[in-house]
Amino acid sequence: MTTRKITIEPVSRVEGHGKVTILLDEEGQVSQARLHIVEFRGFERFIQGRPYWEVPVLVQRLCGICPVSHHLAAAKAMDGIVGVDQLTPTAEKMRRLMHYGQTLQSHALHFFHLVSPDLLFGFDADVAIRNVIGVAQKFPDLAVQGVMMRKYGQEIIKATAGKKIHGTGAVPGGINKNLSIAERDGFLKDLDQMLEWSRAALKIAKDYTVEHLETLADFGSFDSNHLSLVREDGAMDLYHGNLRAITKDGDKIFDQVDYQSYYKYIAEEVRSWSYMKFPFISELGPEDGWYRVGPLARVNTCDFIDTPEAESARQEFMALTNGKPNNITMAYHWARMIELLHAVEKIKELLNDSDLQGSDLMVKGERRGESVGLLEAPRGTLFHHYKVDENDQVTMANLIVSTTSNNVPMNLAVEGVAKKYLSGMEITEGLLNHVEVAIRAYDPCLSCATHALGQMPLVVELHDSQGNIVDQRSRG
Amino acid sequence: MGKPRVATTSLAGCFGCHMSFLDIDERILDLIELVDFDRSPIDDIKHISQRCAIGLVEGGCCNEENVHVLYEFRENCDILISFGDCATMGGIPTLRNNIPLKECIDEAYRDGVTVYNPKNIVPQDPEIPLLLDKVYPCHEVVKIDYFLPGCPPSADCLWAALTALLTDKPVELPYELLKYD
Ligand code: SF4
Repeated sequence: MTTRKITIEPVSRVEGHGKVTILLDEEGQVSQARLHIVEFRGFERFIQGRPYWEVPVLVQRLCGICPVSHHLAAAKAMDGIVGVDQLTPTAEKMRRLMHYGQTLQSHALHFFHLVSPDLLFGFDADVAIRNVIGVAQKFPDLAVQGVMMRKYGQEIIKATAGKKIHGTGAVPGGINKNLSIAERDGFLKDLDQMLEWSRAALKIAKDYTVEHLETLADFGSFDSNHLSLVREDGAMDLYHGNLRAITKDGDKIFDQVDYQSYYKYIAEEVRSWSYMKFPFISELGPEDGWYRVGPLARVNTCDFIDTPEAESARQEFMALTNGKPNNITMAYHWARMIELLHAVEKIKELLNDSDLQGSDLMVKGERRGESVGLLEAPRGTLFHHYKVDENDQVTMANLIVSTTSNNVPMNLAVEGVAKKYLSGMEITEGLLNHVEVAIRAYDPCLSCATHALGQMPLVVELHDSQGNIVDQRSRG
Repeated sequence: MGKPRVATTSLAGCFGCHMSFLDIDERILDLIELVDFDRSPIDDIKHISQRCAIGLVEGGCCNEENVHVLYEFRENCDILISFGDCATMGGIPTLRNNIPLKECIDEAYRDGVTVYNPKNIVPQDPEIPLLLDKVYPCHEVVKIDYFLPGCPPSADCLWAALTALLTDKPVELPYELLKYD
């Protein structure tokens, strides 16, 4: 019996549009809690008919928070369409630099601008200060660091993609510019500062997790499978790799799967109450096959990180759970800051590579009809799959965006926190924010997640006084 | 008198316009000296709490919820600004406007390569808003006072417009700040 419904709408300090509904029974116990994705736009269908070379610029309008991820995943797929399996070193490294710049800006934005108020002021702090402006007033140095780290990442994107948001750098078969010496030197000048700030941010996230371990272990946490790309030698690689999925205990479900055949391994379930689908590992089925993606999953799945400071941070992270996967939802923040440091280390490595000043930008090959592009976006594995006909027009597109893969986990986190903190309580704004804190751990990009498709039926029902439907119209 | 309040929202947009707003970088510290933020995705104020001097709207309207939010902004903001191509013209989401309904549903929830839908479900629930027949730019729904083009408008463009409005100067944007991409 449901006696009361609470709605959190809109979910705030996340990117995109979502809402939470919580149903309470007559004893005030939570009987159901759900995160609904309420927006629906429609890219897969409406890019059909568009020319393939337009796709990397078009699809990034899915998401202005990590446009580079869509830009590059689509470009990787279109490399396949133009028959290119290996880019020139300059093109590959420019794209990687763009991607690590993106990871840096996105992780900094999430940690400093969106999440830090919860960690610094407490989950039930006053709404008036529980935001980045409150942080800027109370901890101005920290706020400035967040702003400047994001800016550095955005400037890298501008130097590689031409524009901070919705750039045009990656083109099928390569890239359209290299990095000038002047641009490179500008970035090198501030690099040590970025490294230092990344270490400090990592320390905040780590200390927070360790200090609050007891509470966090039971805060929307649960065992799950984890999925990500890893390099052939098992290293973390955010730009390219093969698919690996592991169980809650770290056993491999599959490993080193060529992502061109991703659709044999992953399926997406449709449910009536959300526009976002629910992906799962096919061989395990929809009940048991759901998995997590993103920083937590990546740190859990990889065998090692190929940059020294991030690797020692990873070892420390894994030691907490005796080398087994960490399944604590709030540990996402710690894992994310390990990746932030990794991104800066990678940027350093790339900036010192003279291939970035090369002039061989494009390769051509034999045209193909179908191709898949994957990468590890800030929020997790991103899948782009296209078919293109002989007129250069897209005929099929299938996109599984990172946040979609975390749909089941976010719902479990919401339900777990709601049951633990709201049942039998007088519901306050601060308590409700606990639910949002659990959602924010996943850094969901609901903007991306709602790409699914254009129009839904607009149905008008006419009811009589007994509630029976007497007439129904739909249009489309 | 308190500082003027600014509210911001994203309707059928990609958040890129908001990200561009954050690209004002350090100037955000100056901005918070000038204004207080009301409802915005960067804080937890879920509905406009007081009269606002300026409302910034990203994205057009694609569902009933977008329309309600846009009404809330029009009613409570002295100056309402459409920022970005989606808000001013509908933008990329309008590509769906000419596609038959059935094709869209089938593609998303039935025919997609990885779709698993044995019960043939289409999302439909009182908790998710109905979509409009088309995506509409904001000025076709309410009166809009200023339009800032671009996908997204640059941080400098937003900064110039906002500071002019907040200091009662005329909004005169040089040619370089107006880009329609
Ligand atoms: S105008 Fe461009 S950046 Fe702004 S919401 Fe629309 S697609 Fe995104």
